[in-house]
Amino acid sequence: MADRASRLDRPVGPLRMAAALYGSRIRSQASFRASFAADLAGQALLVIVEFIELWVILSQVGVFGGMTLTQVAVVYGLASLAFGLADLAFGEVEQVSSLVRSGRLETLLIRPVPLLLQLSSLDLSLRRIGRIAVGLAMYVGALLAAGFSPGAADLVLAILAPLAGAAIFSALFVAAGALQFWLIDGREFANAFTYGGNYVATTPGAVFGAPMRAFFTFVIPATLVAYTPALVLLDLPGPALLPQWTGWLGLPAAILLWTATALLWRAGVRRYTGAGG
Amino acid sequence: MNQSPTPTRDPAVGERGPAVALTALRRDYTVHAKADGARRRTARVIRAVDDLTLHIERGEAVGFVGANGAGKSTTIKMMTGILQPTSGDVRVLGRSPVAERRQLAREIGVVFGQRSQLWWDLPLRDSFAILGAMHRLTERERRARLDRLVAGLDLSGFLDRPVRQLSLGQRMRGEVAAALLHSPQLVILDEPTIGLDMVSKEGLRRFLTEDRAERGTTLFLTTHDMSDVERLAERIVIVDGGAVAYDGALADLRESLGAPRELILDLASPREEPLRVPPGAQCAGIEAGGIRHRIRFSGADLTVPVLLASLSEQAEIADLSLAEPAIEDLVRRISAQER
Repeated sequence: MADRASRLDRPVGPLRMAAALYGSRIRSQASFRASFAADLAGQALLVIVEFIELWVILSQVGVFGGMTLTQVAVVYGLASLAFGLADLAFGEVEQVSSLVRSGRLETLLIRPVPLLLQLSSLDLSLRRIGRIAVGLAMYVGALLAAGFSPGAADLVLAILAPLAGAAIFSALFVAAGALQFWLIDGREFANAFTYGGNYVATTPGAVFGAPMRAFFTFVIPATLVAYTPALVLLDLPGPALLPQWTGWLGLPAAILLWTATALLWRAGVRRYTGAGG
Repeated sequence: MNQSPTPTRDPAVGERGPAVALTALRRDYTVHAKADGARRRTARVIRAVDDLTLHIERGEAVGFVGANGAGKSTTIKMMTGILQPTSGDVRVLGRSPVAERRQLAREIGVVFGQRSQLWWDLPLRDSFAILGAMHRLTERERRARLDRLVAGLDLSGFLDRPVRQLSLGQRMRGEVAAALLHSPQLVILDEPTIGLDMVSKEGLRRFLTEDRAERGTTLFLTTHDMSDVERLAERIVIVDGGAVAYDGALADLRESLGAPRELILDLASPREEPLRVPPGAQCAGIEAGGIRHRIRFSGADLTVPVLLASLSEQAEIADLSLAEPAIEDLVRRISAQER
């Protein structure tokens, strides 16, 4: 009885609040089982079809950006896994402009919860688990097929890389959402960085010319998500600008990018309220 | 901006001080528009709220009315921290809304009549669970409050139905419950009865009155429906052109305007000559070949039953309706008087 009373009066901490927010989304999607299963399969299929495109190229040329098919699959799987995780957590943030236009943003602003947490939990689409599952299977399978024999450091990187990559893509999604406070029709423009970043990340970085490689490393660190960690994991030499050791730069890049993104987001919300950027 | 609040040390935070204090409030919007034939877009400044000053004590119930575009919604956005004023000062429950938006959100409840804050695809009950978590209510607090709201707003019949399947009246009751779940000190209702039928309106008004009497909340209400103001508020503030055009008791307003209510009678048989009316009323027109008679009268001098009793002696009444002065009419009269 005392137990029950204390449960009833337990204060709600931020973690329990977040759990309640995300839990509600999971429940609501579980209520449409057939469409959920179809969405899940569709997402998984999409990743596989995209990979087949690379496979077709490779069957003609044998080596793509200095990588064999198995090695390309490591890059592809790792990038898909990272992108899928980020899309699950922050994919809905890019709909900021439609929230502004419909006025729904106002109903979110009058709640005592940070806006980003509300947006993140607003439409948590579990179908994105399809992309995550295929990415994970491809990543692990291709690593094993490529004869991955990890030392302790390699193993740490193998686990860290998808998480750092997810953080990089998450920051890109949030930045894309924040830009829409200025560019109300900027969703397409912003998508160029998120989905474009994903395209670059799933491709061996050596195939790009030096200017593009530099842009997608130092401005939008897409090559650091999967390509350079794969160079370390597979012990391959990197191209110009991307020596093998840059495979360890994913986490620092994620931290830098998130710092900039957080400032951009704050400025965006301020711009919306007219409090000055 | 120019005011730099030191929120935590402000003595007005908490139980003392007025509920709402708006001082010389102003808000401009910049609109970019392309003039005909012009090559470049030009920026034009529109002043939505212009030097608005308003004080509301704790526990008051205020009807905030005005025509479309008078600045009502902009004022509410500044009170809730959604918009920063261009100049002037806003204090709500002693707080500076934009700077302390999230703290303020725990103390105020807002219903936007045209926008839902419920979760569309979840059962109504789940929206309350999520909002309870957002407001960090303990399980006991949430249950006790929800029980009260379910009983008062009669929600029990559709608590387990997804919000998208609710009728407008059911949904609005849900919206009000959502806004009141965390027992806010200040309740802001923006067009709460828009689109509702009489029965739903009445139920909503009854509960809002009851809840206010129980908890001593401050009520701030915008509406197009004069009967909302009559039922819910003691004080009426009319905004016109972004500034306060009238501020006082509702009854005084009626009196000062000569209360133009209109009784429309359809008679059983045509009658060309005007009906004799008691003092305080006058015949405003005869239409449809003597079937329809319009009688204008002052609500301060006459009641409808008295008027009807005198009229039904003279002719058989087939049908009747009562036209209340529209907000737009009142605003027009107010502005005309000021000039």
